[in-house]
Amino acid sequence: MASKIRVATTSLAGCFGCHMSFLDIDERMLQLAEVVEFGRSPINDIEHCTNCDIGLIEGGVCNSENVHVLREFRKNCKILVAVGACAINGGLPAMRNFIPLEECLAEAYLDGIGVENPQIPSDPELPLLLDKVRPIHEVVKIDYFLPGCPPSADVFWKFLTDLLDGREPSLSYELVHYD
Amino acid sequence: MSNTITIDGNTVPFEDGQTIMEAATAAGVYIPHLCHHPEFTPHGSCKLCTVNVNGRNCSACTFPAMEGQNVLNNTRELTDDRRKITQMLFVEGNHLCPGCEKTGNCQLQAVAYHLNMLDNHFPHFYPSRELDASHAEVMIDHNRCIFCTLCVRASQQKDGKDVFAISGRGLNKHLIINSQSGLLKDTDLEATDEAAHICPTGAILIKRTGYQVPIGERIYDHKQIDQVSLETEHPRHGE
Amino acid sequence: MKQFIQDLAEKNHYQATHLLQILRAIQSRYYYVPEDAIEQLAGLLQIPRTQIISVVEFYSFFHLTPRGQYELLISDSITDHMLGKIDLTGYLAKQLNVAVGAVRDDGLVSLDNTSCTGMCDQGPAGLINGYPLTLLDRTRIDLITELINQQKPLAEWPVELFHVDDNIYKPDLLLQQQIDDGSALRTAFKRGMQETLAEIDKSGLRGRGGAGYNTAWKWHLCYEGPEEDAFCEVATHNQQQRYVVCNADEGEPGTFKDRVLLNSYAHQVFEGMTLCAAIIGAQQGFLYLRGEYLHLYDKLQSVLDQRRQAGLLGNNILNEGLNFDIEICLGAGAYICGEESALIESLEGKMGIPRNRPPYPVTQGYLGKPTVVNNVETFMAAASIAVNGGGWFAGVGTEKSKGTKILSICGDCARPGIYEYPFGTSIQSVLNDCGASDVLGIQIGGPSGTFISNQEFDRKLAFEDLATGGSFIVFNNSRNILDIVNNFTHFFAHESCGFCTPCRVGTALLKKQLDKIIEGYGSAGDVVALEELCQLIKKHSHCGLGQTAANPVLTTLERYPELYQSKLKKISYEPGFDLDGALETARRMANRNDAGAHLTQVEEES
Repeated sequence: MASKIRVATTSLAGCFGCHMSFLDIDERMLQLAEVVEFGRSPINDIEHCTNCDIGLIEGGVCNSENVHVLREFRKNCKILVAVGACAINGGLPAMRNFIPLEECLAEAYLDGIGVENPQIPSDPELPLLLDKVRPIHEVVKIDYFLPGCPPSADVFWKFLTDLLDGREPSLSYELVHYD
Repeated sequence: MSNTITIDGNTVPFEDGQTIMEAATAAGVYIPHLCHHPEFTPHGSCKLCTVNVNGRNCSACTFPAMEGQNVLNNTRELTDDRRKITQMLFVEGNHLCPGCEKTGNCQLQAVAYHLNMLDNHFPHFYPSRELDASHAEVMIDHNRCIFCTLCVRASQQKDGKDVFAISGRGLNKHLIINSQSGLLKDTDLEATDEAAHICPTGAILIKRTGYQVPIGERIYDHKQIDQVSLETEHPRHGE
Repeated sequence: MKQFIQDLAEKNHYQATHLLQILRAIQSRYYYVPEDAIEQLAGLLQIPRTQIISVVEFYSFFHLTPRGQYELLISDSITDHMLGKIDLTGYLAKQLNVAVGAVRDDGLVSLDNTSCTGMCDQGPAGLINGYPLTLLDRTRIDLITELINQQKPLAEWPVELFHVDDNIYKPDLLLQQQIDDGSALRTAFKRGMQETLAEIDKSGLRGRGGAGYNTAWKWHLCYEGPEEDAFCEVATHNQQQRYVVCNADEGEPGTFKDRVLLNSYAHQVFEGMTLCAAIIGAQQGFLYLRGEYLHLYDKLQSVLDQRRQAGLLGNNILNEGLNFDIEICLGAGAYICGEESALIESLEGKMGIPRNRPPYPVTQGYLGKPTVVNNVETFMAAASIAVNGGGWFAGVGTEKSKGTKILSICGDCARPGIYEYPFGTSIQSVLNDCGASDVLGIQIGGPSGTFISNQEFDRKLAFEDLATGGSFIVFNNSRNILDIVNNFTHFFAHESCGFCTPCRVGTALLKKQLDKIIEGYGSAGDVVALEELCQLIKKHSHCGLGQTAANPVLTTLERYPELYQSKLKKISYEPGFDLDGALETARRMANRNDAGAHLTQVEEES
């Protein structure tokens, strides 16, 4: 039996909504499992991305950890896919781009309503925030884009089956949504 | 001799004084556009309606139809370029569809769907733009303005007012409001004005009407803009 | 202020078309255009306040917030840069204690950059309250600093600071044989106007602004007017209001010949305009003078007065029944107004946004009436042709490019200045004349023109080979081509009017993309992306600005592809922004500087 196609997924500055939508392919997951195995993914709790064919990235890049994870995916995936509005254009998390980071942090940790013991967290374990949330194509090279908030289960299905069957992936009008 | 042009090889009749866009629409040929609206003086700024006329690029909405024109509209090259121009509009402003009430009814989004635009391609500018919610019934989110001037023209040409204008130069272009405070509340704009409804994007919205039609059941959720455009912009195709 | 504005509006006959002139006066008096002034003016001129605000925000020389009482602007032309502009501006900022782009706390002085001021042969140059400062150096800057800090009125400043030279090095057909005042008109009246138009036709004169449209044909079309007028009665036809406009919005960086022509050959330029009026039947003319040439304004007004007194302007010119006068309108810092339809918009008191065409200005121009817009040099040549005949002019040049071309030569050469050449002259002989050696390449026709390499000096000045509106910038081998391209690309992004999407967004994206490559963040696909963007802007832009804005990149990419490639890293992708820099705010606020608080720009090889 030919080796299975390895797929890894992750969510950066996202809400996991795209992952939920992916799971909405429901029973088709069984069909998929016949030809696909999962590398790093929240679905299986594998922590690192190694040697994969396809990487699906949900969410934009908002902090230094996102950059590291995204690079790990780029390095280990033959095909990297931006999944959902946030990965493609920053999405709703990018709404903070219109407020200076300094003000965001101050509001959250220093002088916002209800803040006790005001201080900016400084534990080295914590990733630092970038001054702006970025779409992932501004940080690494991206091969495909699946728009939607989230992309519907059918989008995942169509895209993956196209790829697995060796077709150039394409999305019909009904499958293209930004909301 | 009868007045005809060809569009993508098909013969299309025109009347003297018609633009290429008008002749095309009358013949049921859709040419993508955002700043054009049949009721108002053509503007020619969005450049989505660029067609190739005898080897030269022209804006279909402003260029007069003339005998002997061989117009290319629905070509791979033009579609690719129109997609990039649409992507330019997306990165210039802050178009975050999931959080916009206009989603599904938005012409910018619909044109992008029509052109199979899957990403924004260019780096984002993420400009800082204001929101004007001062008016009791109408709000403006400048993040979504694409400077089509439809509100400017509708206010002047239909409402007999002069509520809006475009100011500034280059990328600093912005919509301004004709009141001493610069706020919408101090203008004579009413929610029933054409100008309050003409916005192709979600930049001008009527308050307290949000989400009356659920997402998924909106204009462009199931119908492409070419069809909708021909139905609404030319009576014969709307029957 | 109320009285001042009231008087100003009255002086301008409450005409909204005079909005730029009115705003110039307000800006000059109050150092900005105050909100109250806008409100009052809107009432007096009966235009919406938004028209005034949009005009203020469109033109670089108008401001909604106060500038300094002494407003210093430093020319940002590539030639100023080559003459040490950056260093000098830094010195100026330090001496005056004001940041570039800012107003000093005491409101006395502000400092900023401005697009090329047309003093490229005597830079580094600048403007103070609109008047040119030339040959800036540290000594002059020290003097200027002192004068400002003493609050000396400009009128008491040493005149040598404002001295502007003509620097005419090589006069030919036009510059050598100045015509006598009135001689073109007298000859034309004697010969007959249609016959004179035939002479201009015979001369083969083409527009000198760069586009090269046949001048006689343009005048003929304007005389004909719109199609609907073609069949009306002759009397009605003659009543049709027409306009003659001289385009002296010489904004193409590296060009300054119109400044010299207006300084020393103004009579002949005005005579050419009057001749045009006589031929097409116009009663009103305008000289649209770029705001940067404010220093010529009074002198040109007195030339107009002299001509009125000599019966060469005004009512019943030379007793031939011709009524025609000329008004000078100053621009306010917008390169786009050199485009003829944008210029007309500006003359009408609006933002300089190019119109949709057709209709063309010859049928629907100023206030919707047939209008001829020609370059300064074109009118001057037309006057000479009226005197000397079409054959005199057509005997010089090439088959498709008749006569001579006046060049503004600047950059790396011993004698920057004005040179006139018969069309067909080789680039090499121009270089020999101006004393250029060790040449890397030449920018011909300004940023919107072409960059040619030192392998192409046998090429010719001509519409059919190297067309130019007059700009000729020489670069020697010490110059970096990418710096030049960068300067030009930033210029276009700054000057885009913003009307159409491809130019408004495209020029800004082009600037970003080029910066990315030049700053060393470029990777494999970035030059391809750059070229794609260039083509898109070129193909889809509304007017000449956008259609040529990518020329600096395209013409150098064609000649020096390896130069661009060499800036690219041998990796598949690199972010276009500074990743580690993007963590700076968070790092500072969290008070961290550990390894985890930093990011490398590209992933390190493990």
